[in-house]
Amino acid sequence: MSVVEARNASVKRGGRTIFGPASVRIGPGEMTALIGPNGSGKSTLLRLLAGLWRPDDGEMLLDGKPIHSLARKEMARRVAFVPQETQIDFAFTVGEILAMGRYAHRGRFSPQSEVDRVAINSAAAYCDITHLIGRAINTLSGGERQRVLIARSLVVEPEFILLDEPTANLDIHHALDVLQLCQSLSRKGKTVIVATHDFNLVTRYATRLILLQGGLLIAEGSQEEVLGAETIREVFHVEAEMVPMKTGRPVYVFHQRTS
Amino acid sequence: MSAVAQSNPLANVSSRSRLRLSIFYGFLLPIVFVSLLAGVGIGSTHISWSTILRVVEFKLLPQAWTSSLHLTKADEVIVWLIRVPRVIVAFFVGASLAAAGVLLQALFRNPLAEPTLIGPGAGAVLGGVISFVTGWSATSVLSLPLMAMLGALLALLIVYAMATRGGVTPVATLLLAGVATSALLGALASLLLSVNIVNWQIAQEIVFWMMGGLDARTWTHVWLCAPFVLLGIAASLLQTRDLDLLQLGEETAASFGVDVESSKRMLTLTAAILTGAAVAVAGLIGFVGLLIPHAVRLILGPSNRTLLPASALTGGAFLVLCDLLARTIHPPTEIRLGVVTALCGGPLFIYLLLRQYRGVAN
Repeated sequence: MSVVEARNASVKRGGRTIFGPASVRIGPGEMTALIGPNGSGKSTLLRLLAGLWRPDDGEMLLDGKPIHSLARKEMARRVAFVPQETQIDFAFTVGEILAMGRYAHRGRFSPQSEVDRVAINSAAAYCDITHLIGRAINTLSGGERQRVLIARSLVVEPEFILLDEPTANLDIHHALDVLQLCQSLSRKGKTVIVATHDFNLVTRYATRLILLQGGLLIAEGSQEEVLGAETIREVFHVEAEMVPMKTGRPVYVFHQRTS
Repeated sequence: MSAVAQSNPLANVSSRSRLRLSIFYGFLLPIVFVSLLAGVGIGSTHISWSTILRVVEFKLLPQAWTSSLHLTKADEVIVWLIRVPRVIVAFFVGASLAAAGVLLQALFRNPLAEPTLIGPGAGAVLGGVISFVTGWSATSVLSLPLMAMLGALLALLIVYAMATRGGVTPVATLLLAGVATSALLGALASLLLSVNIVNWQIAQEIVFWMMGGLDARTWTHVWLCAPFVLLGIAASLLQTRDLDLLQLGEETAASFGVDVESSKRMLTLTAAILTGAAVAVAGLIGFVGLLIPHAVRLILGPSNRTLLPASALTGGAFLVLCDLLARTIHPPTEIRLGVVTALCGGPLFIYLLLRQYRGVAN
């Protein structure tokens, strides 16, 4: 089982360091949430981990090997990325969208194989979108689209699934639905990493939280270790009250800081 | 659950789309055939079908099998040296522009991208004019298409650099950058023409070439464009899976293992070859690259593996028919081919533009 790792990785834009230096190891089977306010560097860290961006300093490693020494397609077979923007303007069918997940598995001239078809059908069944396979992607609701894109990441049969703000455009019912799907994937042995600003939802499902602020990792661990009222006030600039729940983890209620 | 009832739902869907594809080609191939026949058979001079058949037979089959008996020189010239090359050039130019349209729409992720509207057409014209005024076109016939391709490539690079930020190309910027680039390169072409107007022979050649259209195309024009069009279409067909993913966004494409930068370079180059080859032999013919991919996409869906070859064939047949219309609708005058394609394509362009802005507003 694989480990993805940042070692003193930092990203510069226009001569300014916008992220890091940061070091973190994310291991197999975890469901990790990257949390923090807008502009804290969650998405940057997610893109570094996915190998989509290259750090300007430091290294990103997959099982100890620099990510950028791996072949593009090998990386794509092992790490799947689900973008925040799920809107697709062209009328591809869901089946076609899912089939694109096999890009890195197929040669330029090889037709779709039985293995490809099994991967596609079982990912669709797992995400409960089998009935949508013949539909055009641009006619689906936001919740359905998100499930399709998660299914497409499963079609890759990756070890890691990285999701950027998967609940940002969803109502509460579909948001919980998607997070539950992520949790079940992590229990199936996939390493799931979710970047989100909505920590109230994700704390119920994630096994590990990583808190970012101003491009730096400032805390990591369990909910109790990371999200105290004091930290929330400092990082998110709101007062937070922790409300214990009879079932599950405590939730937060927020109000505007008075002073 | 439904997955149990139908164990391979993907296969059901793909067999449905295969059926649709067979029906589409069931209509398209006869249309292609009829358009080519009509293009050769109909014209201002009436020539009987049997005469046409005999000319083609005489030219294509070994001489021993046929005889030129009962063929007049005039029939032979009209059929073999005027109509046949014109129809073939029309078919290749239409196919080329339609394929270039498919590539550009995927590259810019925008259904309004079209080779003659957003810059590469004007670049190809400038390249062509340069090859005339430098005298290269006189030394080598290949210099005209090659310079046209180079010009198209240059224009595409400029438009891409201006209109695309972080892999996103907003409609408004694409069209503005395209208009600005077309205006600039078009002005340079006119400037070169004006400066060289004293050399009457070259100026006349340039003016005739810049007017475009398909009248007086010869076998030379066929041989000048056909290899490049075939090369461009073959290269496009190799890139269809990358195109599909690029159409969903550069980051998505990269995350699935597409080498985004190199595949964008290949696409740009291929689109420039196709546009340059078309402009070199027919000048600027607008809207084919917009109209055809859009119509085919409505029927077959956006998957480029089916869209690209279907668009190329449809584009070819479309331009042959447009040309037939242009030269027969109001005899003895010929209407310019660009007028016919613009009359078909213009309204669609306006509709697409309105729909995109309405989409943004919602």
